[in-house]
Amino acid sequence: MENLLQQLLNGVTWGSIYALIALGYTMVYGVLRLINFAHGEVYMMGAMSGYYAAHWLGLAGAPSVTGLVMVLVASMLVCGLLGALIERVAYRPLRGAGRLAPLITAIGVSLLLQNAGQLVFGADPKFFPPLLQSHEVFRAGEVAVSNIQLTVLVTALLLMGALEYIVQRTRFGRAMRAVSYDAPAAALMGVPVDRVISGTFVLGSMLAAAAGILVGLSNPKIDPLMGLMPGLKAFVAAVLGGIGSVPGAMVGGLLLGVIETLVTGYLSSTYRDAIAFVILVVILLYRPTGLFGAPTTEKV
Amino acid sequence: MSGRFARSGALVVALAALHWLAPLALNPYYATILGRIGIAIIAAVSLQLVNGFTGQFSIGHAGFMALGAYSSAAFSVYLGAAVLDSLGGGGLARLAYFPFPLICGGLVAAAAGLVVAVPALRLRGDYLAIATLGAGEIIRIAILNVDAVGGARGFSLASALHPSVDLRFESLAGVYGVAVLTIAAIARLVYSGGGLAFRAVREDEIAAESLGVPTTRVKVEAFLVSSFFAGVAGALFAHTEGYIHTNSFSFVRSFELVAFVVLGGLGSLSGAVVAAAVLTAAPEVLRGLGEWRMVLYSVLLITTMIVRPQGLLGQRELLHFGRRRGAA
Repeated sequence: MENLLQQLLNGVTWGSIYALIALGYTMVYGVLRLINFAHGEVYMMGAMSGYYAAHWLGLAGAPSVTGLVMVLVASMLVCGLLGALIERVAYRPLRGAGRLAPLITAIGVSLLLQNAGQLVFGADPKFFPPLLQSHEVFRAGEVAVSNIQLTVLVTALLLMGALEYIVQRTRFGRAMRAVSYDAPAAALMGVPVDRVISGTFVLGSMLAAAAGILVGLSNPKIDPLMGLMPGLKAFVAAVLGGIGSVPGAMVGGLLLGVIETLVTGYLSSTYRDAIAFVILVVILLYRPTGLFGAPTTEKV
Repeated sequence: MSGRFARSGALVVALAALHWLAPLALNPYYATILGRIGIAIIAAVSLQLVNGFTGQFSIGHAGFMALGAYSSAAFSVYLGAAVLDSLGGGGLARLAYFPFPLICGGLVAAAAGLVVAVPALRLRGDYLAIATLGAGEIIRIAILNVDAVGGARGFSLASALHPSVDLRFESLAGVYGVAVLTIAAIARLVYSGGGLAFRAVREDEIAAESLGVPTTRVKVEAFLVSSFFAGVAGALFAHTEGYIHTNSFSFVRSFELVAFVVLGGLGSLSGAVVAAAVLTAAPEVLRGLGEWRMVLYSVLLITTMIVRPQGLLGQRELLHFGRRRGAA
């Protein structure tokens, strides 16, 4: 029982990271109907820029909450810019050229970031500086909660809250929802569609950057290829929740994290990677629009 | 008829020349790359049938290659020596043995293609693409957990059972012979009268259905044929490399195959051939650039796609497949 609680806690922590990445996939899919396969690499860049920010700002050796916040902000800024740049260079020229060409440029950008990353950062794993001194904040029987887990959870929840506010309560959020609902109609109503799409990439990439930093805190080993699997899994999480749906991505991410941790804990870690894809296929067959997606009707 | 005989004759002569001259003229490095190009061509052309001609977007093709590679390798490791013996042994027996693992790999992959296709074809567009991606990864991870084919250690053709029997194929002629057969088979299929059904499904599924095209059957057929040839490509890969690992068949490999098809031009067999050859050779040609080669490769991929979003050849072909002498 206590073991189960501990596993659930670990699962939720890991799942909140999936959720942050999944949000970027789902928002971009919402406005562009594009599966942005380069998103996992933006998350990698988040962790990498956090690593360099911590070293350059001299925060690597001195764990503190302000240091963590500074690194987080720096990395989110870098990745926000990177996201806008990727959209401008690789996707915008192909607007209106069908949906497959941007898929290939997405794969191209993903390859580019992986390979350029290996060249610039080196292919060896790096150790993310301990921005927080790890200690136990709470213990009930066998269940222990560390301050790092708590930080990951609270940061992820705060960011998701902020995103929900932006999407539901601001002018930009309204424009984003309009573009996602019907881009040509939104354009006719005077919504600057290109700027909204850019903004969506910036938001999604900032969340991925945060996920990169949070992963750096809890599993400090980072390398240029770290984005590959988590990127794909987060995408599965987005589909699980209903691709295009913001609350769906949050729930999908948390669920996937919990399920993976339970499978690792109770069955076998070799099936850990498979379970995400089994869930994916089952969801697609029985409820293709995901847990939160609205069923669509086909017009003839 | 005489034209066809002349063509077949020329093909046999060319393959024989390749078989005897390639080892003399090419160093092993170039031969390996040429072999990989041939295999990439087979895989790309097979994927073109599903993605380009039938319009069903599949991004899990590497899974079928993996099944072909592993089942053919298992065939050779566990049964190869016995089959060779019953064929009489010697050089001719080795030649006669060549099709066995390929067909085995193709059939296993085709069976999996059927299993994946029937439920997956309820899905459309992106959802189908995602489901095939998932299926490909499930296949890969499942193979990774089978100890009889090496699991995480990878699987070597050098059999512990029969260490004296070497079942690797070293001849480029084999690879390119199969490549020509694959292109011919798929060209015959899509550029025949019945093959119009594939393109009808691609252009408008509902319209095709209303005109009496059995869309589900057409789609399943496309998947079946496509996964068969993907399995053959995998079997060739296993038997030319001599050692396989599931890492060679991850979704990254599937993406690469999709890049061949889209970059070549969806709905163009010759486009797939050209793109597969160019993109497989590019990282090797760029080797002089050292560490920068993969960076440049990805930049080239992005810029080519932006400059020619319809692919290198669009829907055109370099040769007039199947439209000779008015015969449909």
